[in-house]
Amino acid sequence: MPAHDVLIIGAGLAGQRAALAAAQSGASVAIMSKVHPVRSHSVAAAGGINAAISVDDDWHSHAYDTVKGSDFLGDQDAIEVMCSEAPAEVMHLEHIGVTFHRNDKGEMDLRAFGGASMKRTAYVADITGQAMLHVLYEQLMRHHETVERYEEWFTTSLLTDDDGRCAGVIARDVRTGRMEAFQAKNVILACGGAGQAYKPTTNGLIVTGDGIAMAYRAGAPLMDMEMVQYHPTCLVETGILITEGARGEGAHLLNAAGERFMEKSAPNKMELASRDVVSRAEQIEINEGRGVGPDGSGIYLDVTVVPRKRTLEALREIVNLGRDFAGVDITREPITIRPGQHYIMGGVKTDVDGRTPIEGLYAAGEVACVSVHGGNRLGANSLLDTLIFGRRSGEHAAARAAGIGMPRVDAAAQLKQDIARIDSIIARPHDGRRVSEIKNELGELMNRHAAVFRDEAGLQTAREAIGRLKEEAEHAWIDDHGTVFNQDVLGAIELGYMIDCAETTVIGAIERKESRGAQFRTDYPERNDEEWLKHIDVTLGADGPQVSYSPVTITQWQPEERKY
Amino acid sequence: MAETHLPPEKFTVRLRRYDPESGDAPYWDEHTIELAPHRSVLEAVLQARDRFDGSIGIRCSCRQAICGSCGVRVNGEPALACHTHLDAAKRSARDGVIEIEPMGNMPVLKDLIVDMDDVHWKKIRRVTPWLLAKQPVPEREYLVPAESMVDVTQTMACIQCGACVSDCLAMEVDPLFIGPAALAKAYRFVGDPRDDQQFERLNDLAQDPHGMFDCTHCFKCVDACPKDVNPMGQIMRLRRIATSDHHIVDQNNGERHEAAFTSLIRDNGLLWEAELLPRSYGGNSWFGKFHPAAGKELLSSLPAIVKALVRRKVTPAGALKPHRIPKADLRSVQAIFEKVESRDRRYELNLYIAGEDEEPPPPEVPVAAGIVAPIADEPAAPQAASTPTPDEGGPGDGGTPTSPEGSASQ
Repeated sequence: MPAHDVLIIGAGLAGQRAALAAAQSGASVAIMSKVHPVRSHSVAAAGGINAAISVDDDWHSHAYDTVKGSDFLGDQDAIEVMCSEAPAEVMHLEHIGVTFHRNDKGEMDLRAFGGASMKRTAYVADITGQAMLHVLYEQLMRHHETVERYEEWFTTSLLTDDDGRCAGVIARDVRTGRMEAFQAKNVILACGGAGQAYKPTTNGLIVTGDGIAMAYRAGAPLMDMEMVQYHPTCLVETGILITEGARGEGAHLLNAAGERFMEKSAPNKMELASRDVVSRAEQIEINEGRGVGPDGSGIYLDVTVVPRKRTLEALREIVNLGRDFAGVDITREPITIRPGQHYIMGGVKTDVDGRTPIEGLYAAGEVACVSVHGGNRLGANSLLDTLIFGRRSGEHAAARAAGIGMPRVDAAAQLKQDIARIDSIIARPHDGRRVSEIKNELGELMNRHAAVFRDEAGLQTAREAIGRLKEEAEHAWIDDHGTVFNQDVLGAIELGYMIDCAETTVIGAIERKESRGAQFRTDYPERNDEEWLKHIDVTLGADGPQVSYSPVTITQWQPEERKY
Repeated sequence: MAETHLPPEKFTVRLRRYDPESGDAPYWDEHTIELAPHRSVLEAVLQARDRFDGSIGIRCSCRQAICGSCGVRVNGEPALACHTHLDAAKRSARDGVIEIEPMGNMPVLKDLIVDMDDVHWKKIRRVTPWLLAKQPVPEREYLVPAESMVDVTQTMACIQCGACVSDCLAMEVDPLFIGPAALAKAYRFVGDPRDDQQFERLNDLAQDPHGMFDCTHCFKCVDACPKDVNPMGQIMRLRRIATSDHHIVDQNNGERHEAAFTSLIRDNGLLWEAELLPRSYGGNSWFGKFHPAAGKELLSSLPAIVKALVRRKVTPAGALKPHRIPKADLRSVQAIFEKVESRDRRYELNLYIAGEDEEPPPPEVPVAAGIVAPIADEPAAPQAASTPTPDEGGPGDGGTPTSPEGSASQ
């Protein structure tokens, strides 16, 4: 059985950063991913990464913007850690090769982003995530002797020892279908969010909440799952993302009357208010009949106000996206967009070193909830989150590994159980529903009832429907009976992961009877600090999901009214 | 608005299927799906998978041409499935049925899934694909010219999809050829002013018999690339920096071949084919053919020469004399050389940043095509930082990405 000090699940930015940090600390490290690392969804992050690197900037300002963006639900100690360590982290990325764009002095250039009080976002055109992910993978190739890579291995469950400590994972080699147990002193979950529980979503097909669900099933609490970010600018048909960088470069949002409607809800920041604010403003225009497009379900994003040369150089990717996926030359005409599911602020509850309440289990990146994003994440803070808490998790796990022996665990039983589970999925008779049907229904359900605007009736409908879908998923059948690249059977397992994520999201949304950040309850339209300035934790108990609360850490910024 | 919200139409896709566990040969599998015509080939495959057959194997994730998973061949041409519209694919189909196959030059694992580790990633690892940073590392960022970072962004934009590797003709002939994707990756470091090993990298890639001089300029990779990385253009840039900046004389005769090619065109206005080979091996003058190395190469090429004579592709008399072009034309060609070579610095064409005009060209400026364009008019330097704007539009126009002074062919 392979054994490692630190085993990382997921090879996006958080996972790769964790692996490199743990290896540098001297631990024996392996990184496992169900896809090749450069396919990880971090690759799609476009706009940039926030850090107070300008001489006129101060990390306290970055931290305050983040706290305010979070609608005061973010834990301020964690936000302080992230923002104060940001400049050094970004410089580190620059030193290992990220091709950050420069100003005429040769220093890193910075662009404006939503919710930020000054230009603070370093970028590589509008492929910042891709550039960073590929550079980290370069480093993994460079350090292949110290970081073992299990590429295209799908994790089916976490192993825990008799004392409840995490002791490794069971995984399936996607290429051959072989199942194996992996022993580890520490497991770091870094496998992203759960966007595919929504339809449409900006997230890739691989973003199915694997880590969140595995941790939940192993007994770890999930925090603030109701906080689901809708990005203001997504293509209407496919949900493909148009970067916030477009608005950062000066693009306008217009309704059917050609008005810059952001004047009403954010007279100062206009299009560069926080994402929750902009998405809500757009949805109001659409709901009140001022939308554009054939069924009035869209809003114009007008990039033509940005100089064309600048657009071609700094927003090249969305020029391509507009041309290839909507048939629009964004340098010449406005493009129709609308809010779309993009990111989950909630996730596996961790501390600032990535530790979950389960010993030996860490989480970093979108899978985790530290919480630095609270009720709403600022654009360009997610790349930062992945790197800072990926690194800190890797370092902490490596240090922990140095002090303990390899945990003893009888993996054989669980290995057998996971093999049997897969065999039983393959053997299911074709009398229920297809996996794809259930997945579609789930996505549409979530997008209807757990979206920008929510209410009790809709959420209760969703909860009931999820219960039914969960039943149906137990019998959902597949076509592929093979072992080599049996993506079909993995899809059935992923469906179970997504349903767990959807269920906890809806539970949190029902529980939180106020409007804060991304959660807007039409039946409770005000923020209510007295009762709800707290985190909602959902834990899987013997009788199903259990709700509890934990306090928000406030260090220097008292809650105040949020205006942009 | 150009945006379309067209009703769904029926499309038929013909998938190349292969199940390694069945013991059966690959076969074709047809499905008819319904989607609006501007939706992607990937969405068609996924609909077939969701509705009819969950066992169809394809790697995919982002659906927006950034993760690089879904490289396939559509109607015989390499492409990203998510980046190919159904209507366009139907137009290019032989019989109205969209044919989707796995990529070439890499072993097929199942259906549309190929083994990229065995070919693509092995080649990527061959080029030392990480920054070997100049020391000492500064406390803050390296101070580098703004345009240098925009420049390497073109190769940074490579998503490692393998489309260029799939149909690289040189790799088909020489499987050891480092290939377009890996050489483009190499330029990402060679062109990065923070890298400390420019000479070592170039020397390595020049001396390798399967290295940068193995490319035959077929443009397949340029067409195949869904991200405008222009791999062949990057290979040409590697060659130019190796030969003109570092004067690397390689054991593959790449540098000498390039020198012979250029001087023959300068002197004659057109290529003098019969002189090219002897000069590439024997030295860059009329006497080159008398050098023993040239003799040896001529001797080994004898079968090809005889064949060409028999088929009347060349005549002995024709081979002994250069082609003639009108004097005025010759002067124009030489003027190009003078103009380009008298510049202080080399202009590089970078499609990533200068792929399109700021505005359509004013009518009084004659629009020249391809290679002559940047010379005919001094590039509008002030607005375009350091990179000239090619007169003709985007990457699809076939505008030659090589700069005029060094287009070695082999």
